[in-house]
Amino acid sequence: MTLTTAAQTAAPAAAAATQVTMSGAINRALRDAMTENADVVVFGEDVGTLGGVFRVTDGIARDFGEDRCFDTPLAESGIVGYAVGMAMAGFRPVIEMQFDAFAYPAFEQIASHVAKMRNRTRGKVNLPIVIRIPYAGGIGGVEHHCDSSEAYYAHTPGLKVVTPATVEDAYTLLREAINDPDPVIFMEPKRLYWSRGSIELATAATTFDSFGHAAVRREGTDVTLVAYGPSVDVALEAASAAADSGWSVEVVDLRTIVPFDDETVVASVRKTGRCVVIHEAQGFAGVGAEIAARVQERAFHSLHAPVLRVAGLDIPYPPPKLEHLHVPGVERVLDTIARLQWDDEADTRFLGSDEAIVGGGAQ
Amino acid sequence: MTTETRIPVPQTLPADRPFARGLMPAPMPVRFLDDLGHRVQVFNDDYPEPPAEQLVAAYRAMVIGRRFDVQATALAKQGRLAVYPPSRGQEACQISSMLALAHDDWAFPTYRDSMALVTRGLDPVEVLTSPHGAAHCGYDPRASRTAPQATPLATQLIHAVGFASGEKRKGRQTVAMAFVGDGATSEGDFHEALNFAGVFKAPVVFLVQNNKYAISVPLSKQTAAPSLGYKGIGYGIASEQVDGNDAMALLAVLNKAVAHARSGQGPVLVEAHTYRLDAHTNADDATRYRDPAEVEGWLQRDPIARLEGWLRHEGLIDDAFVATVAEQAEAFAADLRTRMSVDLAVDPTSLFDNVFATPTPQLLEQRAMVQAELEAEEASR
Repeated sequence: MTLTTAAQTAAPAAAAATQVTMSGAINRALRDAMTENADVVVFGEDVGTLGGVFRVTDGIARDFGEDRCFDTPLAESGIVGYAVGMAMAGFRPVIEMQFDAFAYPAFEQIASHVAKMRNRTRGKVNLPIVIRIPYAGGIGGVEHHCDSSEAYYAHTPGLKVVTPATVEDAYTLLREAINDPDPVIFMEPKRLYWSRGSIELATAATTFDSFGHAAVRREGTDVTLVAYGPSVDVALEAASAAADSGWSVEVVDLRTIVPFDDETVVASVRKTGRCVVIHEAQGFAGVGAEIAARVQERAFHSLHAPVLRVAGLDIPYPPPKLEHLHVPGVERVLDTIARLQWDDEADTRFLGSDEAIVGGGAQ
Repeated sequence: MTTETRIPVPQTLPADRPFARGLMPAPMPVRFLDDLGHRVQVFNDDYPEPPAEQLVAAYRAMVIGRRFDVQATALAKQGRLAVYPPSRGQEACQISSMLALAHDDWAFPTYRDSMALVTRGLDPVEVLTSPHGAAHCGYDPRASRTAPQATPLATQLIHAVGFASGEKRKGRQTVAMAFVGDGATSEGDFHEALNFAGVFKAPVVFLVQNNKYAISVPLSKQTAAPSLGYKGIGYGIASEQVDGNDAMALLAVLNKAVAHARSGQGPVLVEAHTYRLDAHTNADDATRYRDPAEVEGWLQRDPIARLEGWLRHEGLIDDAFVATVAEQAEAFAADLRTRMSVDLAVDPTSLFDNVFATPTPQLLEQRAMVQAELEAEEASR
């Protein structure tokens, strides 16, 4: 079969560590999954002949044929709904939403059908669909091209929400997503597409077990930074810089927002006693709010300071020259770490000027 | 009855030959029977007459289907169902859509297509399980080849397209029957579904039941198109319009549409002109937006009486058969009443079972909390 030939050509050294970019790792994961399982199909806007606007599907249509990787009409709701039907017919669709904000037309399909089909049918119809969404900013993109939309999906029961921070994870998490019996929103940090790293190629015997398991990317004893996707690198950089100020910083990379790994996060915070959550999405009602709440519920007596967030501003994503103000940077993270009541003095910034209110009322 | 007026239809032509008018629907709805059950010949040159046994089955299915529908409305009024969207008056559409399908074909129905599901052979209790209080659709979609009834409008049409495409890609000959109402033709997903179906030549038959109202909004406020049947043309889809209260015409058109789709010639859009005799649901008051005289007028165009007239005239059914079917319908309704008279047993902790294949740790915690609350409540009794 042509697909075997294609896969062989594309896989000169199976099980060897390979240096790739993140987009290359995702491409490789798609190819390996397609080779392993004939039901895996890839479709979306421009993913066929062009290979995607980020070239993530480069060469796949050529090597696997139009039956396995094809362009669709330009309609996101249609793409997702079509995937629902394809999944009902026995396929495992991996579909691409071209950019974060262009997935919004598909929201009803995702929230009302993709997320609920298993429940509506008592498990008789499951939807093993992966919806790939290039997301977040940092690439100088124009409006509608840089949204961090993860909270919409994480808020919807029935969806797994996955976002890799490393090249290696991009490969393994996507393989695991494609194998998963349930729908997965796979959010790819655009600005990491060109980052480089090595991946360990899976074999048929490989089992993937990263969902629901956060990774401790750096160990530390004084403060826990919780991050995911594009913010993990920021956290790691901040951790290095913080070491200069004498803070030993632990960095937890969630990898999957849903399922959420309370255990790893809480264990880290119990150890350090301080926690800052970092994400690029606007902070209000964001994933960071959920994490802060969970940490305070589960590790209150270990905390020396309130859980703080470093998030995007509550504004529409700004134009390219101003995006550095919006996206959490190392300085803002360090400033936030500094607010973690190291001297055991109350943080007075929210007290305001009215002492009567501060005093607890008019009495 | 005037059999003399019948224009012979060439029955030897293959059922899957292309539509005579290409993509264009007939300028007037295809009709085989007039309101009194007389055979007429208006724009039906392209459609062989349905076989006699299918027409007799259609009559029986409509009588039982209507009785089911009336019973379900009664159950809703008694509080046995949270809500019921009736389809009385649309019997010809409801049953023809299913009788035109083969066993392995799939249906993608809306909330108003319960009668169609019963015609398909689904257990009526299962069909009504969701409004009876379950967190699921009530039936096994795979075993019944019937997708869950969709409440969001037009969204399941694109599932039908993806499914039919997938079946074709797997080398199977499955056809999908996708249901939609007149109001939902305004939804974006209706158009995306038609477009995808056209591009991928998906074996789907879209049946638009134009019952003239989207809850209260009349068709005139829904579209400026002269017929909803024209909406397929722009997507390269063969289209037709048919008298939706004429089961014979519907069967003729849908038989052809299904054969067309199955033969690989692509999707078909059929607009059926019908009328919703009842309110939107038991919670709606139709007198607020339409004249009862209008309803009276449509009562005179009863699809069951029309087909019965023809079948009697042709000697295909008689008084005894009509009486037998009426008895069967009553027995069907009685059985439904009995089985629906008990409250649905729902295990609250089952709410967590099918969110994912394997519940997340957070869901397990919440299930344990609910379980503990229930046990405490039980203990305090």
